[in-house]
Amino acid sequence: MSETPPPLRIGVVAESSPGETRVAATPKTVEQLVALGYDVLLEAGAGALSSFTDEAFARAGARVTPRAQAWDADLVLKVNAPTTQEIARLREGATLVSLIAPALNPTLLEQLSTRHLTVLAMDAVPRISRAQSLDVLSSMANIAGYRAVIEAANLFGRFFTGQVTAAGKVPPAKVLVAGAGVAGLAAIGTASSLGAVVRATDPRPEVAEQVGSLGGTFLPVPAEDADGRRSSDGYARTTSPDYDARAEQLYAEQAADVDIVITTALIPGRPAPRLLTAAHVASMRPGSVIVDMAAAQGGNVEGTRAGEVVVTGNGVRIIGYTDLAGRLPTQASQLFGTNLVNLMKLLTPGRDGQLVLDLDDVVQRSMTVVHDGTLTWPPPPVPVSAAPTAAAAPQPVEVKAPSPRGPARTYATVGVVGMLVFLLAAFSPAQLIGNLTVFALAVVIGYYVIGKVHHALHTPLMSVTNAISGIIVVGALLQIGHEDLLVTVLAALAVFLASVNIFGGFAVTRRMLGMFSKG
Amino acid sequence: MTAESAAQAAYIVAALLFVLSLAGLSRHETSRSGALSGIIGMGLALIATAGLALDRLDLGSGKAVTGVLLTVVAVAGGAVTGLSRARRVEMTAMPELIAVLHSFVGLAAVLVGWNGYLQVEHAGAAQTEVAADLLTIHHAEVFIGVFIGAVTFTGSIVAYGKLAGRIRSAPLTLPGKNALNIGALVSFGALTVAFTASPSLPLLIAVTVIALALGWHLVASIGGGDMPVVVSMLNSYSGWAAAASGFLLNNNLLIVTGALVGSSGAYLSYIMCQAMNRSFLSVIAGGFGSQAALPDSRDYGEHREVLVEDAVQLLKEARSVIITPGYGMAVAQAQAGVADLTRRLRDRDIEVRFGIHPVAGRLPGHMNVLLADAKVPYDIVLEMDEINDDFASTSVVLVIGANDTVNPAALDDPGSPIAGMPVLRVWDAQNVIVFKRSMAAGYAGVQNPLFFRENTQMLFGDARQRVEEIVRAL
Repeated sequence: MSETPPPLRIGVVAESSPGETRVAATPKTVEQLVALGYDVLLEAGAGALSSFTDEAFARAGARVTPRAQAWDADLVLKVNAPTTQEIARLREGATLVSLIAPALNPTLLEQLSTRHLTVLAMDAVPRISRAQSLDVLSSMANIAGYRAVIEAANLFGRFFTGQVTAAGKVPPAKVLVAGAGVAGLAAIGTASSLGAVVRATDPRPEVAEQVGSLGGTFLPVPAEDADGRRSSDGYARTTSPDYDARAEQLYAEQAADVDIVITTALIPGRPAPRLLTAAHVASMRPGSVIVDMAAAQGGNVEGTRAGEVVVTGNGVRIIGYTDLAGRLPTQASQLFGTNLVNLMKLLTPGRDGQLVLDLDDVVQRSMTVVHDGTLTWPPPPVPVSAAPTAAAAPQPVEVKAPSPRGPARTYATVGVVGMLVFLLAAFSPAQLIGNLTVFALAVVIGYYVIGKVHHALHTPLMSVTNAISGIIVVGALLQIGHEDLLVTVLAALAVFLASVNIFGGFAVTRRMLGMFSKG
Repeated sequence: MTAESAAQAAYIVAALLFVLSLAGLSRHETSRSGALSGIIGMGLALIATAGLALDRLDLGSGKAVTGVLLTVVAVAGGAVTGLSRARRVEMTAMPELIAVLHSFVGLAAVLVGWNGYLQVEHAGAAQTEVAADLLTIHHAEVFIGVFIGAVTFTGSIVAYGKLAGRIRSAPLTLPGKNALNIGALVSFGALTVAFTASPSLPLLIAVTVIALALGWHLVASIGGGDMPVVVSMLNSYSGWAAAASGFLLNNNLLIVTGALVGSSGAYLSYIMCQAMNRSFLSVIAGGFGSQAALPDSRDYGEHREVLVEDAVQLLKEARSVIITPGYGMAVAQAQAGVADLTRRLRDRDIEVRFGIHPVAGRLPGHMNVLLADAKVPYDIVLEMDEINDDFASTSVVLVIGANDTVNPAALDDPGSPIAGMPVLRVWDAQNVIVFKRSMAAGYAGVQNPLFFRENTQMLFGDARQRVEEIVRAL
């Protein structure tokens, strides 16, 4: 066996962006990283804002170190994209894993590619089922959707659920969720579990079922080209102007009716689409709350300010927080950390603390934005399993109705068969005619007797008919005792075989029937 | 009243009892009395025949004593063998047992046919059994009886081998197999004509060999997955074999019973063929379902795995659950665990039902027998047509060891080898959990797009272990 190289060091560093509360690892995920064979270095105090103490990390197997040492690791795990100073701290040849937003940050990518680094962007995970366990966008969106409802509830002056109390009747709050992606679905689920009446819109009609399963009502945009909305990468696409006009009408109606609006519409690599105009907001009742989850990308609502709560002239509050996931730091860190562990499992096939990057794997290829100092963004497109492939496209399947046989053909068949039977009988001796009569009638009886058999009784029926066909024993019995000894012996053998059949068949039938019981 | 007329009278009563028996077996409520009438009918027929045989024998002769002794030994031996097999057989091995029993009827028919030849044709002018003007008919009857019996015999043996896993279950594809089948039939016709003209032993041997080979080839060219139809078809053949012996011996009871079994078996096969969207004719002719499955290189995307804990969680939150078992449940012997799971879920007021595809398992109704064995009440075990529309309002579907019977490609991919076959529409449910050993294709050799659907999750491993783990976690 060759000498095993020393395990790589993973550095978990503290976040520097103002307001960031998350950390890229928790004691639980550190344990898993250590189990993968890595040496984990944690910057002292990195977990403080997520309520994870250095002692807890140390107990989980991390070495708590000063900042410089954590940054000097072979592999650095981080939540947010690094700043220019932070990039300088990375050692030559190191690997960095964090959110990068490569489509929005060309300058950052350029900076990263000037150093001899490998960078994996956690927000460039392709949306395929296999990669779901690494998809931080989904796990963060899930938390953010939940938190959006909590923030709205916090500012909303009423109950979510309807109640009938001694002090009067309380109507339930009406919530509109725009966009039924991961965040939207989480918001729908949270709001309906608080008891609100939840409605949701989305340009993709196929999500209606998911909305329904979480307790929401799907409001379809009355669309003519609904088919064209299906996207091949699992994210929503830009909509057509015609569609927007009809959607606008829907929002106008809904804004006047609902108490809370949560907008989640994002299009990757583009500013957020404008869903609610100032006029819509003005039509809302005083005290209503809007949570604009796309505030960081410009907002879905006119008048949103990123990171702030805006109160409009008519008393509607627009929440533009961009750190909704970070407002649940413990949970967010745990999910983010688990996504990272899942990535490390993928990158550590040997579970030996050695990093193996396989650029032939679509998941790893898509995430790798810089490889050994070369820019590798954008990756080749990956079609996702979520989007139905051509096979599922509703093809006009030719329905081959079982061609009802024309009466003429039926008569012809009956006629031919009748003629054959007639000829056979006409030229037969009397004995055969008798036999044929019995035979023909028995065939018909057999057909009708079986006609309505219950499906569960197919097996017992088969074993009983099998036992009955042992009746051949009658023929064999009558052949026994013939002059020719050979005949007698063969007949006795036939009797034996048929007896096995008769006794075995009936016994097994009774055994089976004995088992059937009604509940 | 002579012994002869008494026996004929008893035969008529027995035949009616058999009709009652089959009629009784079509419903649960009457099924036991149905089986009982079958037994009484058979007892009556045996006693009457024994009486008739004794009456015909010259009781003083040594041959008669040998005959009686042989009969008693044969019947007793058969009874002991049959009863002990029936008592010991596992319900999962029921298809094998029934297939092997069919082969016995086939072989018995061959023996009876040969005896008919030895008694009459071989004896030549010395024979007294058959009137001279009926001799030609007798020749043909011997020939046809032996042919059908032999086809049933080898066909059932091969079916038994495939079901018991002693023969490779993949369909045998000899070059020009249709030509082989047709050739066998044509030479059977030619030999029949020759034999009726001048009966001879070599001709009889030739037809026996051809029929044995044909029976073997017919079933060998059918894949193991299509065995439910094959077993039902062989059941029908064994009936026709008995009927042919009835013609040979001029015995109406044999004719009636054989025709009953033959036509009811054929109708049962026909029902199953419809369930699989196969042509009935191509089944009788053998070698159906044997289109070579094209290597499928289509990209179906990725499947998702689920852990036992998550599956348990889904089940706990479910309002209604439908379980669709397949042959895999029988292989894994998971029925007891499944029954246990059903009880646990019902105790939690979760509605549990079973959806059974007509060709699930290796025998018509195989799944019902297994579930009944495990004490699942039969009124929650429903047929495909009864349950197919309910999937849409179901929270969780557990697919246990089924594959082709839940394949959406049958409905929406006209190019699929199983296109047009009615299937259980499990994918309409909110969640589908598929218990499976691996991602391998089913018996039809077709990939199943169900596994790649968004609401489908795969629970890999031995179905029995997995089910038991879920029961423990509940």
